Amino acid sequence: MSDSTGPASGPPRGTGPLLKREARLAWGLLFPTLAIVSAVVVLPLLAIFWISFKPIGLADLRPPAPVVRESLRGSDDSLRLQYRVRNSSQSEPITGVTLSDSLPDSLTVLTADPRCTFEGADFTCDLGDLDGGGRDEVEIFVALQGDEDAAEEAAEGTDPRMTGRSTNILTNFEFTLENFDRIFSGDEFWGVLGVTIFYTVFGTLGALIFGLFAAMLLNKEFRGQGILRGLYLFPYVAPVIAVAFAWIILFDPFSGSANALLIQMGVTTSSINFFGERPLALIMVTVFEIWRYFPLSFLFILARMQSIDTDMYEAADMDGASPFQKFWYLSLPQLLGILSVLFLLRFIWTFNKFDDIFLLTGGNAGTRTLTVNVYEQAFAISNIGAGAAVAVVVFCCLVLFSIFFFRYVSQEEGL
Amino acid sequence: MSRLRFGYVTGPVLGALWLFVLATTLAVLMSFATGDPFRPAGLWSLLWGAALGLGLVALHLGKWTVSLATAAAFILLAVIGIGPVASGETASTSWKLVGSGALGLAAGWSLQVILGHLPGLGTLTRHEFEEAVIRFLTGFGYIFFTAIVAIPFYVMVMTSLKNQSELIQNPLDFTIDLSQGWGLFRSYVELFADFNFGNYLWTSFYVSVLTVFLTLAFSIPGAYAVARLRFRGRAAFSRSILLIYMVPMIVLALPIYIAFSMTGLRNTIFGIVLIYPVTTIPVALYMLQGYFRGLPAEVEEAGLMDGLSRLAVIWKITLPLSLPALASVSLYVFMIAWNEFLLAFMLLDDPSKFTLTRGIASLNSSEIPRQHLMAGAVVATVPIMALFLGLERFMTKGLTAGSVKG
Repeated sequence: MSDSTGPASGPPRGTGPLLKREARLAWGLLFPTLAIVSAVVVLPLLAIFWISFKPIGLADLRPPAPVVRESLRGSDDSLRLQYRVRNSSQSEPITGVTLSDSLPDSLTVLTADPRCTFEGADFTCDLGDLDGGGRDEVEIFVALQGDEDAAEEAAEGTDPRMTGRSTNILTNFEFTLENFDRIFSGDEFWGVLGVTIFYTVFGTLGALIFGLFAAMLLNKEFRGQGILRGLYLFPYVAPVIAVAFAWIILFDPFSGSANALLIQMGVTTSSINFFGERPLALIMVTVFEIWRYFPLSFLFILARMQSIDTDMYEAADMDGASPFQKFWYLSLPQLLGILSVLFLLRFIWTFNKFDDIFLLTGGNAGTRTLTVNVYEQAFAISNIGAGAAVAVVVFCCLVLFSIFFFRYVSQEEGL
Repeated sequence: MSRLRFGYVTGPVLGALWLFVLATTLAVLMSFATGDPFRPAGLWSLLWGAALGLGLVALHLGKWTVSLATAAAFILLAVIGIGPVASGETASTSWKLVGSGALGLAAGWSLQVILGHLPGLGTLTRHEFEEAVIRFLTGFGYIFFTAIVAIPFYVMVMTSLKNQSELIQNPLDFTIDLSQGWGLFRSYVELFADFNFGNYLWTSFYVSVLTVFLTLAFSIPGAYAVARLRFRGRAAFSRSILLIYMVPMIVLALPIYIAFSMTGLRNTIFGIVLIYPVTTIPVALYMLQGYFRGLPAEVEEAGLMDGLSRLAVIWKITLPLSLPALASVSLYVFMIAWNEFLLAFMLLDDPSKFTLTRGIASLNSSEIPRQHLMAGAVVATVPIMALFLGLERFMTKGLTAGSVKG
């Protein structure tokens, strides 16, 4: 900034000390948030990419380890301490397995497994490598002094210690495309994708349309408006688990009120299994989604409606516009911005939705969306790798949506 | 459209539809309230509605005359057996007559509101016609939305007060047997006595409160920095908040489950308290930075000129000014933490550490009667509703400010 060749030319450029201090303070203030968010959002995201290329099941989360059982067997001459060792994993080997324990005072060693070395009462046995699912046995013949039961208790009272090295499947560098191959092969994936798209598109559109309708109802002053507005927000505010179970009980095929009501009104003669039949279950979960999220769009649209200038409507009245014309030519264009933002945001969020379908149908009866599939693969089928692969697909879709969102919409409404 | 714009078409059509809507509403209402079988008589309600609509447009009577005359006519029709609401044989006659009378009063009065401004049977202007349609749709909308919102909650509360055999016997009977006195609440008593719900309630409460405090502690400085301070990468940062806010929880839940399993944090309240704030920090950051931007910078600059440091400015000027926003954010975060289900479900297995939502999920088994499940749902819903209704102003603001998230 300081110019040594001549007088200062113009105002200082670049980053001054004040600005530097401000930036430093900003990073200081942001640091805790950045640290915790990256620990719990960015790391898991990286982890999920990593895991999706790994052949890993739920059982592999525990690394393979040697497991030992100790017992005092036989009597008199054949009295021996027996250690049975096995590998907890069926597939992964463990190298450098050692077993160490100490003998109680009442037992003295006669002959021992050649792999064992003694130091007083303590001993260590070097067992070498254990293959996946492999077993081994160490026997130490002993002489007994005193009561056998007491000796047995004393011998088994000291826990043998095991050591061994194994490669953890989570951290080694073995990769596979099997997970992706598995989720993309077969018709299942495209079925799941179709269900997701139906659920997302109709859930979002329905919530918007019903929200618009509700907002128009409440966009005028009358007594009880506040109460109604509060009431209409209930579905959104209540815990999802409470309302999902209320719906399940309401639409129960055997003793649900909805079925009883429909039969009484003569709409149907036999009860309908709302959450168990194939096309109907998907429609019902979509209706649930609309029911639960129309309050949100209603709130946003109402807020926007109340900020529309009333002068415009007065002018339209002077010109003789009819109520429908006013809605179509004045209100709707004003609401288009918020409607499109809501559509995209709700689209993304409905796409990401997991709890609702999981609680209502568990993904059965043709309601399995991508997010439910993540859970299904990882926990129901115990294939964490495949679950992670589906999660990667979900995340890629999300990135596509967000690019679209930031490119076309966010500038308009200042989000 | 223009063919419909005659008094003698609009009146009967809207009247018929409206009476059908009212008759259905009343039948459902009466079935729920009395347990007796009522149903709308489709054809009769359409016919009488059309007649009523035509009469109203043609004759121009006062509100009270119409209401009382309609009520009397409907009671008479009910006695003959061709009223707009039909009833099964077991329905009591007195309820039938009371219902018909009420329907007559409501139908006469509301149809007068919908059609009263129409000039007569002849041609209608576009205004008059659309006004009538809009009034009809408005009435329908109020009934429709109130019904779809209220019925699930009503069923939830009423189911929790009944017992299994009553529920199977007549699923439509939501009358409350007041003679049982406190016995009505036996499901709740059992939940708290045998199912440890007192504990779950307390766990949920303190986990949510801790989440609120931790979230605010992290997001206030962060939001301030993004809103006020100039530094390289501010715009990108502001955007990435929204992006993180969109990452689905289920994608993160899997690695978190693995990491927690390996570090022993699974099945601990500590782990839950660790993870909940992270799910709410992006929301809180997003809401607060919007609010901080709206505050006048001049006040803060005045503070700086008078020798306060930045941190002191935040503490003494910005925070007191943004108390309403902090209340909204706190409420919203509390709501998210209180309602959170997925993480609690995946990470907690030990019944002594359950949060309320996890506790309710454990009630969902065929061995536990469903009134217990519904009682649990009520226990989880009532506190958040009470909070919401008590502080509705803040809540609504909070919802509109940040809740693009589901």
